[in-house]
This record gives sequence, C-alpha cells and structure tokens, in this order.
Amino acid sequence: MIRFPRVAGLLAAAALALAGCGSGDTSSDAGSAGTAGSPTISGDITVFAAASLTESFTRLGADFEAAHPGVEVTFNFAGSSALAQQINEGAPADVFASAAPKNMDQVTDEGSVTASPVTFVTNTLEIAVPDGNPAKITGLADFAKADLKIALCAEQVPCGAASAMVFEAAGITAAPDTLEQDVKAVLSKVSLGEVDAALVYKTDVLAAGDNVEGIEFPEAGEAVNPYPIAVCANAPNPDDAQAFVDHVLSAKGTAVLTEAGFGAP
Amino acid sequence: MTLYADLVVARDTGFRLAAHLTIEPGQVVALLGPNGAGKTTALRALAGLVPLTDGTVRLDDDSWDAPPGVFVPTEHRPVGVVFQDYLLFNHMTALDNVAFGLRARGTDRATARTAARQWLDKVGLGDHALTKPRALSGGQAQRVALARALATDPRLLLLDEPLAALDASTRVHIRAELGRHLADYPGHTLLVTHDPLDAMVLADHLVIIEHGEIVQQGPPAQVARQPRTDYVAQLVGLNLYRGTARDNVVTLDDASGGGELTVAEPATGQVHVAFPPTAVSLHPRPPAGGPRNSWPVTVVHVEQHAHTVRVRLDGMPPVLADVTPATVAELHLSPGTPLWAGVKATETTTYPS
Amino acid sequence: MTTRSAGRRRARRRGRLPLVLAVPALIGLAFLVVPLAGLLVRAPWSTLADQLFSEEVGQALLLSVVCASLATLVCLVLGVPLAWLLARGDLPGRGVLRALVTVPLVLPPVVGGVALLLVLGRRGIIGQHLDAWFGISLPFTTAGVVIAEAFVAMPFLVIAVEGALRGADPRYEEAAATLGASRWLTFRRVTLPAIAPGVVAGTVLCWARALGEFGATITFAGNFPGKTTTMPLAVYLALETDPGAAIVLSIVLLLLSVTVLVSLRDRWISSPA
Repeated sequence: MIRFPRVAGLLAAAALALAGCGSGDTSSDAGSAGTAGSPTISGDITVFAAASLTESFTRLGADFEAAHPGVEVTFNFAGSSALAQQINEGAPADVFASAAPKNMDQVTDEGSVTASPVTFVTNTLEIAVPDGNPAKITGLADFAKADLKIALCAEQVPCGAASAMVFEAAGITAAPDTLEQDVKAVLSKVSLGEVDAALVYKTDVLAAGDNVEGIEFPEAGEAVNPYPIAVCANAPNPDDAQAFVDHVLSAKGTAVLTEAGFGAP
Repeated sequence: MTLYADLVVARDTGFRLAAHLTIEPGQVVALLGPNGAGKTTALRALAGLVPLTDGTVRLDDDSWDAPPGVFVPTEHRPVGVVFQDYLLFNHMTALDNVAFGLRARGTDRATARTAARQWLDKVGLGDHALTKPRALSGGQAQRVALARALATDPRLLLLDEPLAALDASTRVHIRAELGRHLADYPGHTLLVTHDPLDAMVLADHLVIIEHGEIVQQGPPAQVARQPRTDYVAQLVGLNLYRGTARDNVVTLDDASGGGELTVAEPATGQVHVAFPPTAVSLHPRPPAGGPRNSWPVTVVHVEQHAHTVRVRLDGMPPVLADVTPATVAELHLSPGTPLWAGVKATETTTYPS
Repeated sequence: MTTRSAGRRRARRRGRLPLVLAVPALIGLAFLVVPLAGLLVRAPWSTLADQLFSEEVGQALLLSVVCASLATLVCLVLGVPLAWLLARGDLPGRGVLRALVTVPLVLPPVVGGVALLLVLGRRGIIGQHLDAWFGISLPFTTAGVVIAEAFVAMPFLVIAVEGALRGADPRYEEAAATLGASRWLTFRRVTLPAIAPGVVAGTVLCWARALGEFGATITFAGNFPGKTTTMPLAVYLALETDPGAAIVLSIVLLLLSVTVLVSLRDRWISSPA
C-alpha cells in the first residue's frame, strides 16, 4: 500500500504545476533571503492549507504581505489528504496547515516535515440547518429520524470521521440520505434547502453566510479537531515560512481565526 | 379526368417557374429542358414536395394545391415518383421497397407483399425479391423503383430523369421496357428529362421549358421538325434561323447571324428556317452551279460523333455540318480552315415564327 | 489465396500513411493510453481480487451500469426526437437552440447538478410541486442519479444523431412521402435505419459519459451506498483514504466500459453493409 499514494501524489503535483504554483522563482529567491530571524524578509512562500482555512488564511496572507513588503504568499487550498500527498511527492510547499493530525502525521512520517507541528486552532462540529430551520431541528437526536433529509460528510473525509465519532459517543444511529465528498458540498445542499440538517464544522457554518444557520450541540465536544501547522522540510524559503507560521500563531492571527469560528488550541 | 396544373413557383434565388400543363389519362407528357430550366421544380410541385406560390394543381375537381387555401401534402396525393437516382431504401429488400407504399397506405403485410411480388414479376425481377438495393444493377434498381412507384396504383406517375443514371447499352433496353409499362399504365404520366431521345420515344406530347417558361410544346414529330428555339434545335439536331421571308428568300435576323437563305417554299413575314447538319456540304472554293445556297465559312470546332464528324462553322450565318471522316481528311479540316458551305433549298423547312 | 494477397496489398497501402499524420496520431494515441497504462502499472494486483468482489464495489458497479443504461434510454427517447427537430425542423432560431443543447457540455457538471437542484430539488421551481402534489423528491434517489447522468450525457447523443441526420439524404424521406408514408412512419422506417450508425455512436458516447459522470451526480443525487453511490463517486471517496482502492475501482470501471464498447462495436459499427 505504501507505494500507491505516490501515484495520486504525482498526478496532483502535475496538476499543481499546471495551476501555476511553480517553484522556480521561489527557490532562487530563497537564496537571497535573509537569515533566520531577520526582520527584513523577502521572497515568495507557498502555503498548503486545508480548504476550511481558505477565508481566514487568505486574510492572514494579505496581512502578512502588508507587514512584509516584497513578500508574496501563494496558497494552495485543498483537502488535507491531497495536500499531504502532494508534499510527500516533493511539491514545493513552505508551510503545511492541515485540518487533521492524521494528514500531518503522513507528512512527518515521510520526513517531509522536520520541525514538530504546532496545533494552532481547533474546530468543532455544529448542526447546519437551512435558514429558518424549517424542520425544527433541535439536537443531534433528530439525525436518527428517517423522514428527515440528512446530509453528512462521507466517513473518508475528516468531517465525516468526526461526525461518526459524535454519533457513536451520543449513541445515535444517524439516518443520512447522502454522504457528501466534502464540507462545501454538504453546505450547498443545506443552503439550497435540499436537506433538513447536516453536520459540519462551526467555521463552515459561519463561512456559508445567511442561508445556513448553526445549532450548537453538547456532544460536539467529543470530536474536537485540532489543526496542526508546520514548516516543510524541503521548504524553498524556510525563514519566511517560519515567519508566516509565527504570524498565524500571533494574537492578530488568532483573532482572525477566532472570528472565522475556530476555537483556541 | 384531366390533370390540370397551372404551376407558379417563385424561389428566393429569383428563379420563377410559371408553366401550364394538362395531362390526359393514359397520356405521357415529357417535360424537356436544359439544366436549371425548372423541370424538376415542376415535378416536385406536382408531387407536393414544393408548395405552389400561385396557380393550381387539380385532378378533375380534386384540388391538390391552390394557394393560399389548399395544400394536400405529398403523402396524401395519389402519386408515384421514380427519382433520378431511384432513392431505393437501402436497408430494405427489393420486395420491401415495393411493398412500402402499400404498407404506408394501410394495406396489411401479407397483401402488400403479394402485390409487391407481382409487381417485381411484372418488371422481370421476381427472383430478386430478397436482394438489397446495393446488390442490384442500375437497370434492376430502375425497375424496382418503377415497380415501387406503380405498386400503389397512383393516378399520376412522375418520372424524374428515369434513365439518366444508366449506361448507354442498358438504357436502350430499359427505355423500351419503360415504354411498354407506360403504355399499360392508365393514369397520367409526366416524364422529366433532358434527353430528347427519351422524350421522343416515350412521350405523346413534349413540353419544352427554358428559364422557367414553356417555350414550345406539341407532338414529338412536330417539335422535332419545327424547333422554335436554339435549345430545341440543338436538342433535335437541326440548324435553326429566324428571319424575314419574301417569296423564296429569307433575310436572316442579326441574332441568327445574318445573311440570306433561299428556301424551297415561298413565304412572307417572320419565319423559322431549319435544316439538318447532314444537309450541309463543305467545299474548298465556291461551288459552281450546285446548291442554291453557298457562303464562306471558317471552321471553329471539329468533333467526332459515332459515324460522322460534326463541324461547327462560323460565317453569315454560322452553321453546323455533319460530314464523313473522309471529307475531314480530304479538306484537312481544322479550326481556322476557310471553306464554303452549301445547302440545297429543298433541304430547308420554313415555318412561321 | 486471393483474399490473403488482397489483404496484404491493403496492408501495404495502409503502411504508406504520411509521417505528418502518423507522428501526431501516435503521440495522440500515447497521450490517451499512457495515463491508463499508469493506472495498470500501479494497481495493487495482489489485493485486486478482494477489492473486486467486495460488496461495495459490486453494489457501485451494478448501480453504475443500471443508472448509465437508464440514463441512456432517457437520452434516446428524448434526444433522438430533439436531434430530429434540430436537423429537420423548420424552427426559427435553430442556431440558438443548437447552442443551448450543448450547454451541459460546457457547464461544469457540478454547476449542472446545482442547476438541477434549483429546478427539481425540494425547493426547486418544479421540484416543490412534485413534492407537494405527488410526494416525489428526486434528490438523493437513484432516479436522481439517472436524471443527473442524462442531463450531462444527452448532448453527446443529440450532437451525434443530429450530425447523422444532417448527413443523411433528406430525399429518401421525400421518396417515402410520395409513397404515402406519414412523417412518423418515414422517421421510423426510413430515417432511423439510415442514421443507425450515428445513433449507435451517439448512444455509446452517451452511455460512456453517463457511466463516468461524477459532478452532477454527487451534487444532485448525493452519495449513499447502494442508492446513489456510482463507481465514479466510490472512486473519488476512495481516493481520500485509500488511493490503491481508487485505482482498482477505476480499472474495474475501465474494463467494464471497454468490454461493453468493444462488444458493441463488433456487433454494430464494424458489421459489413
């Protein structure tokens, strides 16, 4: 089984190269970058981040660029497992921010990340219902009702795994109508009113806007999901990468992430 | 029981067909004309494949097309059509092709097949019933097409260049056979062709159209003897001139090339003068005391036909001459050769234009 | 003996394919085949059998074949008349109609799925009435899979059939009319047999597209094993956790489609006239 991820990774890396996240300039700039801790950093960094971080990291990236003129932050937002594969295949990532420790482990196991990853935020599940909560969902128990339309993430993706954990902890057998491939797909079904309820992360509910309402539930504490971040071992621009990680961990960074619905580590 | 057709079809291209046809039962009318004259348009209008712009098509009191009020669609007209390239349905056997019309008109399968088989027998293809069209020869396909058209017992049979796709030797044979079937057919027949021989052999009445209009019509023999346009003259292989007659002398119009011809029958006024190319003799110098007409000409074109050589000559008037290969050799005929043409007055036909 | 020498002569003539065509042709072929070879090379052959005969794979495979076939049927029933209308109908704005037909080709399938939800979903323009009057809800059902696949695959059929219709000589239809055949009879007995190769080609394309459909299906019909999880959905989800399994599933899908297409081809397309 060990060999197979490399195939998908190769494909993904090729797709990445096509998408324009090339590394040529990055590595040459890295040579002229300042030494570690230097306040005058410059050059480009490439951040591989979980899709759920799209909004908040885009903001953090802009802040970072504003604070460090001459630095350009390029993001590659995708599912954490795909990102992990890309990094293991040698994709030119400086920073990896994963939505699950498991995917970070894949990278550290391969030696693609040397420094120990830091958990920078956590994310908890929330019940998402269409605007106005037409099915009058009150708690996790409603997910067992067969006559309701329920969407969950597939167990293969992190939010699905987390959902399975809370259902197990609560002793509820969910009756989903669909197991979506990612959080965005779940949310689109909620916002279109096609399902009565879904389980997604709190940040996703906030990002989804007015058409989706979130309902907190006590069992969510059973599946708090930590987000680890680390500088990659083969980072073309490790100094800037570390500066970006520090920026994420700073008070300012935490504020942005909290606003997006993330919890403290 | 007369088919009466006053056909007016105007096309976006500016082409306009305006032709009046009547066909009696049992009569075969040939519509003859150069390409683009409107022959096929006329046939399609009768079949209902093209609606009339104006005019009418009716069989007795049965109106098929009379814009703006009346239009009987093709599938409801009692017509049978043999198309130029037959348009046999390639995925069906010969038998199914012939039975198709009967089936389409509601005959049950068994009856239709029996009738189709009889028709195939009638056209001599009884043993090709299960052959697909692609495996038939040109002549066989033509006969299947005829059987298919006649099997529905149509009141009007329309033949669109039915022999054009055949090679010369097959054509003679099929033409004769088609003639026999047409003689047996009690309905009205319109034959569209550009081949004068087909028209002469098969039709009782010729209608010649050019540029969408009828320029001449009549029994084949009359048309052949007395063509009224250059096209018809060419079709029937005659030299044709227009001019003004005074007694036995006709002064030819400039359009006909000018000059004068002495003719056998005295006449006055506007006349046509016609004579066959075989009546023209060619001489190296002015003929003495021979033919009554002689004039200087220059060879324009020399063309070998089956047993004769046709020579196109320029002069006043220009003329076509059919001569023997021996004459060609004797006179060293080639384009540019100056000669004298001679025509006996007795060889000419004169008729009022 | 004669046939063999004729065959050899034909082979020699084929050999004279100009380089300017042969080189890009071979590159093109490689471009299409090499990724496939990549899948085969990296397939976990040792676990192949286990994967193949697992219940989920069987279920997804069956669902894929059933849904793709039903979708193709829907496309045939609706698409062939539509192609006829486009090719033969005397419609104003036919060019616009033709462009509209190709919309599902251009539209990202996921967007197509959302569009279907907006129309046929629970709150959709038509869907809300279906739900209120008949209690029919199409999303998250196998019927929804069929609809999503048909939506995405229909243009392939329509375009192929319309092309065949436009290539077919309309004078045969006129000949049928002179024999007294109604337009419907003409269509059935004359036009359709004449364009059969085009219809078959379109059907094959349509079926293949439906079989591989992912985006519109998962968006409109969701993903639930045994109900809406077709092979492409299973492949996608397997890719999340077990790329090896994803490769196996892809190969199964590939083998299935190749088998069906090759057998169809032998039966229909290359049969001598």
